[in-house]
Amino acid sequence: MKLYLKFDINSICKKVLQEQLDSLHLNYTVLGFGEVELNNSPSKETIKKLNQSLNDYGISVVESHKSVLVQKIKDAIVEMVYSDEKLSTSKTSAYLADKIGQSYGYISNLFSDVTYTSIANYIILQKIERAKQLILTNELTITEIAWKLNYSSVAHFSNQFKGATGLTPSAFQRIIDKRKNNIRNI
Amino acid sequence: MQSEIIRVMLADDDEDDRLFFREAFEEIKIKTSVTTLNNGIELMDYLNKPNIVLPHILFLDLNMPGKTGLDCLREIKANDTFKDIAIAIYSTSSSDEDIEETFVQGANIYIKKPHDFVMLKSTLSEVITLNWQYHTNGLNRDNFLLSI
Repeated sequence: MKLYLKFDINSICKKVLQEQLDSLHLNYTVLGFGEVELNNSPSKETIKKLNQSLNDYGISVVESHKSVLVQKIKDAIVEMVYSDEKLSTSKTSAYLADKIGQSYGYISNLFSDVTYTSIANYIILQKIERAKQLILTNELTITEIAWKLNYSSVAHFSNQFKGATGLTPSAFQRIIDKRKNNIRNI
Repeated sequence: MQSEIIRVMLADDDEDDRLFFREAFEEIKIKTSVTTLNNGIELMDYLNKPNIVLPHILFLDLNMPGKTGLDCLREIKANDTFKDIAIAIYSTSSSDEDIEETFVQGANIYIKKPHDFVMLKSTLSEVITLNWQYHTNGLNRDNFLLSI
């Protein structure tokens, strides 16, 4: 029997964060996704300990102002890609500038400096990652996925998928399926 | 900005290929440290030593005497110690069967060796940048497939 699971990443992160903060006896308020206010100033040692225990969950404390801003941009992009509301691509820059509260020119330069990729490429990366997840759940057809992810046509989606991975969506699906069977047979 | 150096490893029995590979990384923007090994047997001996620092990404030539790239790939995938290493196949072959077979065996990246240095540099730069995105954004590595 196979179980398909759905995750609410926000709840998972919040729960993990609370457990770890509690275990260090910190007095805190969770402000929202990716932000915590510590009500007294803990020592550098404590922050280091917190960072180490969070690292096990793939969470890390970000330090510089630039990294904080880049993280906010990334979060906004992920939120945008995973939201089911349709957003036309021409409005992406306005959406991000508005969300971050800085001009698009500024955030796009900053993003490229820090991450070695551009905002445009990062959006494609996240969209393709979401497409991969959707392909692997086997619930939607390629056409439905293209539509869900706001592509103008299946051809456009397939081309972008091929450009990003070197593979067609169906080849990707076939390889992952074979790989799973392969592991089962060992 | 980048505090962490990406550890890159290559196993290839061709001396020229190893040289070009190292030189290409010297000119790429992302900070890397490159280690090269002369064949599959040397590679597996190295990886199986206790307490070594594992690479973030490993490039495997397919045609090597003794142990082929595919042999190494299977050994690496059968050992949980190596589960966080991204595996890039680095080959002169571009047959669809070779590509699909290595992906099914667990490779993340398949690179057809480019013939000129400029192409090599841009290909390796693209691979290392994408791998960096997976590394820094906590993306699911099981779904990381790139054929280039």
